[in-house]
Amino acid sequence: METLLSLRGLSIAFGGLRAVQDVSLDLAPGSLTALIGPNGAGKTTLFALMSGFLKPDSGQVWFDGRDITGRAPHLNARAGMTRTFQIVQPFATQTVRENIAVGAHLHIAGRGAALAEAERVAARVGLAERLDQPAADLTVAGRKRLELARALATRPRLLLLDEVLAGLNPQEVGEMIPVVRAIAGDARAGGVTVLMIEHVMQAVMNLASHVWVLAQGELIAQGTPAEVTSNERVIEAYLGRGTAARLREAAP
Amino acid sequence: MHERLSQRSRDASGRSVALKDVATIVVFAVAVALLTAWLDSGVWLTFVMMTLYATLLAQAWNLLGGFGGQFSFGHALFFGTGAYVQAIAQMQGGFNPWLALVVAVAVAAGVGAVVGALTFRYGLKGSYFALVTLAFAEVFRILALSVGFTGGGVGLMLPLAESAGNMQFGSRKGYIALMLGLVVAALAVTAWLRRSRFGAQLQAVRDNEDAARAIGVDPWRTKLGAITLSGGFMGAAGAFYLQVFQYIDPAIAFGPQVSVEALVGAIVGGMGTLWGPLLGALVLHTLADLTRNLFGALPGINLVIYGAVLILIVMFLPRGIAGMLDRWKRS
Repeated sequence: METLLSLRGLSIAFGGLRAVQDVSLDLAPGSLTALIGPNGAGKTTLFALMSGFLKPDSGQVWFDGRDITGRAPHLNARAGMTRTFQIVQPFATQTVRENIAVGAHLHIAGRGAALAEAERVAARVGLAERLDQPAADLTVAGRKRLELARALATRPRLLLLDEVLAGLNPQEVGEMIPVVRAIAGDARAGGVTVLMIEHVMQAVMNLASHVWVLAQGELIAQGTPAEVTSNERVIEAYLGRGTAARLREAAP
Repeated sequence: MHERLSQRSRDASGRSVALKDVATIVVFAVAVALLTAWLDSGVWLTFVMMTLYATLLAQAWNLLGGFGGQFSFGHALFFGTGAYVQAIAQMQGGFNPWLALVVAVAVAAGVGAVVGALTFRYGLKGSYFALVTLAFAEVFRILALSVGFTGGGVGLMLPLAESAGNMQFGSRKGYIALMLGLVVAALAVTAWLRRSRFGAQLQAVRDNEDAARAIGVDPWRTKLGAITLSGGFMGAAGAFYLQVFQYIDPAIAFGPQVSVEALVGAIVGGMGTLWGPLLGALVLHTLADLTRNLFGALPGINLVIYGAVLILIVMFLPRGIAGMLDRWKRS
């Protein structure tokens, strides 16, 4: 299979805590997939390992056919892999336009051209009305969009989205899902592969073609959204040991 | 078509903002030049000169501290380097002072690059960065006391040789012209920072380093560029100091006073702004002169009042004087 990103036996421990253990997975170019798992499963740590914010204790990260294990995040962004943060990290003193332009500057040297690009990207994520607002004034939903826009402005080939829907109300989630789909959709023509960490199952079921499930640092299941949500190990990872059996008994 | 039109108008508006900065800098330079030509009181000329000098110190610090968010407590390191190189190049190297100025700026910028390469390489931030820069300045102060070519504790006295070619002017006006040129250069660099890729990346690193890294900004190179620029301008201020006072010793060159003057001017005026350092320098110099003249009979009182006003400004104007003016303009 053709792969864009490939993890080979990735592990990292913090003291006695084995945050990620022997994780291997392959992302096909053009795919929109999801990484799910209970809180503390190591999902964000895995993102940090992929994007170069953390160096693994063992294992490798391959991107576009090259071993990039432990390479600095800005070099990975330059090569086309950009991540967002679960806890949004706006450049608070700057306007929305200026925030997005920093991403655009990765490939655009001129200030005017970068600001114009920022405007186009803002329109794609529904921030066109807020271009001149300071980022600090945005609502949570607005900041999530900004996080996405800034990453998108770097013209990524692989976008790692860390819970862009967390903290949004159902209506805002409903508005955001088409935005994410459109980004991945441009994809098959233009090329954005998306891997999203997501807790909102509505979005996962709606968007992802393939799902990986991480629990206590290990990949415990993978498959289509329907497959993993009926997988006993997954149910137990979320709801506790023995739950799957009890659920079966309770079922008529 | 519509998109292209709107892009063109925006490019034009981007350019017009840049033009506005250039225009204000030109107006400022012409106003100071006219004021200087018109003044003939030595006291006032000294005031203008020292305010411009303090502006350069504050603006140099602002490039790294205000735009880069790296708070140095040891900018005297670059100041002293500039002053000593200016003296030694002339007295021991036989350089013309104008050429010495270029060398002084280059060496101070180089010291900035080395210090930045080391400290940013190891990810020093916040108070750790402040402490390390303070330590570097102290090390240089002790070195200057110990080695021969700096004249040790006696310092270096620049021989008097008054002529423009020697950068020793008969009146304050010559020095003001020189300092005005340096301040305009610093303002121009700051204006460029406000609308360039490098400036955008620098401010992104200041606001959130991890977020900047994730979207392709190299924080090490960005901060290195800022400290190099900052060091160069600080070195120019040191060289200027030497030409005016014709004397330098380790305490003046590398002591904490210059470091504090640089950062206080920028903080009071408004960090990360174009005109903040000038406003800060102006307010602080006015305040210092006023308290000195009003309470000169009670030694120490002027410093107490000066300190109290500083505390008030920092408490009630967290974004400095420029930030306050900006808020007024908007409301």
